[in-house]
Amino acid sequence: MTSDEARQLLGEVLGRIAPGTDLDEIDPTEPLSDELDLDSMDLLSMLGLLHERTGLEFPETDAPKLRTLDDAVEYLVLRSG
Amino acid sequence: MPSLGADMDEGTLVSWLVAVGDRVTRGDIVAVVQTEKSDIEVEVFETGQVAELLVEPGTTVEVGTPLARIDSGSTATTSRGPEPTPGSQSEARPVPRPVPAASPARRHAGRVLSPLVRRDARRLGVDLGRVRPAPDGTIHRDDIAAAAMPAARPTRRRVSPYARRLATERNIDVSTVPGTGPSSAVVARDVPGAAPAAAKRTVDPMRTAIARTMERSNREIPHYYLSHTVDMAATVEALAAHNDGRSPRDRVLLAALELRAVALAARKVDEMNGSWVDGTFVPGDGVHVATIVALRGGGLLAPVIRDADRLDADETMRSLGDVVERARRGALRSSELSGATITVTNLGEDGVEAIFGVIHPPQVAIVGFGGLVERPVVAQGRIVAHPTLTVTLAADHRATDGRIGGRFLARVAALLRSPERLL
Repeated sequence: MTSDEARQLLGEVLGRIAPGTDLDEIDPTEPLSDELDLDSMDLLSMLGLLHERTGLEFPETDAPKLRTLDDAVEYLVLRSG
Repeated sequence: MPSLGADMDEGTLVSWLVAVGDRVTRGDIVAVVQTEKSDIEVEVFETGQVAELLVEPGTTVEVGTPLARIDSGSTATTSRGPEPTPGSQSEARPVPRPVPAASPARRHAGRVLSPLVRRDARRLGVDLGRVRPAPDGTIHRDDIAAAAMPAARPTRRRVSPYARRLATERNIDVSTVPGTGPSSAVVARDVPGAAPAAAKRTVDPMRTAIARTMERSNREIPHYYLSHTVDMAATVEALAAHNDGRSPRDRVLLAALELRAVALAARKVDEMNGSWVDGTFVPGDGVHVATIVALRGGGLLAPVIRDADRLDADETMRSLGDVVERARRGALRSSELSGATITVTNLGEDGVEAIFGVIHPPQVAIVGFGGLVERPVVAQGRIVAHPTLTVTLAADHRATDGRIGGRFLARVAALLRSPERLL
């Protein structure tokens, strides 16, 4: 997956969880939970949707690696091979 | 018109989903009602044939007003709200209601479909085999609308309650307003019309409804407050082990364990599980736990998970995830908005250490959970840092005294510390 594809995927997934989300308007270096007002339920839904779309496992221990938008994009690009 | 909350006096019928002559089964969704907080799908309590629709769409009626006549051999009405006691004001007594049978959802090739979803699919000409279900097999109305042929349009557009109210005030036909909200829903900002010159502050109906409940609670209920801080190291570890290797949809969140702890404690210390009605405590007919859900853009809903004490950890998590998602989507059912015997409020995510709730009348207790905070604790003679959690109880002093409240809270704390009993 390329960076752009990862961003696109995240945009779709986050758009389902927090309708009206525009990735261009959030600070990619700040935690997604702060930028989009996501709680643990939302974050778990995000992992669930990403898992469905990519087949990646997203173990709980990897959660800190998906904190910000930049982190999440990097994680997806690296893990998707 | 069912009562969908302690603060609700009236509701507006938005649309009928059945016609005279239709056969209905108890639990079928027959109408959509708009309250100040949300659109709710109303279930019918009788089985039989629709004899007469008594209220026109667009009409606002008081709670308790018959909405339709169902011919089931008896002269029962569609839904019974609590009848207002003669001579007194609008505080309606909660009548213990029979649990409506779950909507007879049928399986279609392994997918679970509610009657409403099947109806939508029929109306829009959608082949159910083409619709992608959620991982648990359910198909939602949104999925049907999305799969519908471009030419067809969903017959009911989502309009937020606030947008509807603004449109009415400004004499605008809301069906002509294009929506820019989620799934093309019409939201407040879509409704054209300048604000009145005398900059009147627009009233948010959701806020009004919440304000009324909070006012009433503090006016009528003498609250007492207890709190307890619990060492959560064992449970956090056990939860991580439980989730290890599970895909995201099968994982359990701490919030589900917290809810389960309250349900189990409420079953045992049942003086905290029920209602205060006419000067006396009425025990609940089961443990039905309401959980406060914060809505995006403000506001709260408190959907009820019935018989929460009978669900295991995974089932509790599934129920919780389901009602939270539907609460935020405005897709809760009438049976999910009343009948709570106790409430849980959870602000753990917001960096708050402890939250003392406001009891929702006619309940007699509300349990609050804060966030995990690393604190020094003594373990095996040494000082170590463990994640801890502050759990609080706000209780009605008319119904119980501190000793019982303390016993209840201690039980919740004990359960939180013993993951083998919760997981």
